[in-house]
Amino acid sequence: MPDVSLPDPHWADLPLGFALLVLALWLTWTQRDRAAVIGFSGYGLLVAIAWVRLGSMDVALTEAALGGGLMGLLLLTAAARLGEETDQPAPGLPARLSIALLCLGVTLVLAAVVLGLPSPAPNLVAPVASHQAVTELGNPVAAVLIAFRAVDTMLESVVLALAVIVLWSFGADRAWGARPRALHLGPPSPALVFLGRLLPPAGLIVGVHLFWTGADHPGGPFQGGAVLAAMAALLWLARLGEPPRVSDGLTRLGIVVGPLLFLLIGLAGAVIADAFLDYPEALTKPLILLIEAAKTLSVAVALALLVAGPPELPGPMPPRQSGRAAKGVTP
Amino acid sequence: MSLADAFTAVFVSLGAFFFFAGWVGLVRFPDALSRLHALSKADNLGLGLVVIGLLPQASWPFGTLKLIALWLVAVLVGGASAQLLAGAIHAQAAETSTGGEPGRGTEAAPGANGNDKATS
Repeated sequence: MPDVSLPDPHWADLPLGFALLVLALWLTWTQRDRAAVIGFSGYGLLVAIAWVRLGSMDVALTEAALGGGLMGLLLLTAAARLGEETDQPAPGLPARLSIALLCLGVTLVLAAVVLGLPSPAPNLVAPVASHQAVTELGNPVAAVLIAFRAVDTMLESVVLALAVIVLWSFGADRAWGARPRALHLGPPSPALVFLGRLLPPAGLIVGVHLFWTGADHPGGPFQGGAVLAAMAALLWLARLGEPPRVSDGLTRLGIVVGPLLFLLIGLAGAVIADAFLDYPEALTKPLILLIEAAKTLSVAVALALLVAGPPELPGPMPPRQSGRAAKGVTP
Repeated sequence: MSLADAFTAVFVSLGAFFFFAGWVGLVRFPDALSRLHALSKADNLGLGLVVIGLLPQASWPFGTLKLIALWLVAVLVGGASAQLLAGAIHAQAAETSTGGEPGRGTEAAPGANGNDKATS
């Protein structure tokens, strides 16, 4: 539109920054757990928009899927289990003062670090851009994650598998082999069941699309896996399905297949290519796709299981929840 | 300014107006359920108008289809989450009042109002 002068798009950042600040202040101020958690999910989405404005689409997608979505769900189930205890005495002044001082210290250190960065920050953008063609990937972020810094990415996927093991070890001994039940929060509302029936097919396509498009555009295994995990969590929340038993062999295979395949191909690289985690030139793209596909699956399974919680026996719900459920049935 | 751009400007502005109306409702309405109603109405209509406005700018066919899919998902998720929030508000009201009885009473009220509106 040559004949219409639009305002500088940077003006749009002002309300965004203002909203981030106000919401952050409100989040630390509010006393109601559930409201704070919902606000925190919204905050994650605002942060994602901020990343979009900074031109980091990959970070934005991850923030929206993990920080806004799954993290919010995790905190929401935690808040539901704890209940809204209003009669608890507020922490004393020394405790509050020391927390405030700690937070202030962290903020000041972070601010000092960020403001102290050299103005053109040292980066490897030029070397990545000049070698990106080797990987046949159009997305430089994907090229860094899966090829140039593959060892970081591999360790990251191992960490996810370890996290599931740690979570499962929180289950009671006699519950071992049972299903995770953290998402059993009373009978689901009809709206949730409706959503659980309609959304997952679309989410499945979006998740796989995010993985597939990640080679050349923003996206990738982590973002795709997070969307898939969210769909699984939605199904479990709506009680349209149950999380698998922790003794289920297929589930365990799903958790480890990503890191395992990554490691095996990496080790093979030491023999058939030049180094550990090096890919033979002719097979670079297919191998990368194979690793990413397996990683998407493992990320999806691991994140979904992390949200589902440790194994629990089917028994009385936490007191508050069972109380509400009983209230619902009495005429 | 081409015809497509004028179309976009008009419809996106209309959408922005509905978002503004939703914001006014959010700030001005007295109780949580009315605020929720204002928000979801404004979201669905406002986003729909913005999407219609952006259609001529999107690449055919996938850009266009993605925009429409986006709106459909937003309507579905927005509507469902508004329902869930309303349910949570009712549950909270039932919990804070003396027993289960008043909560059930308020739960029945919106349905009855809806029926009245539908018949009249």
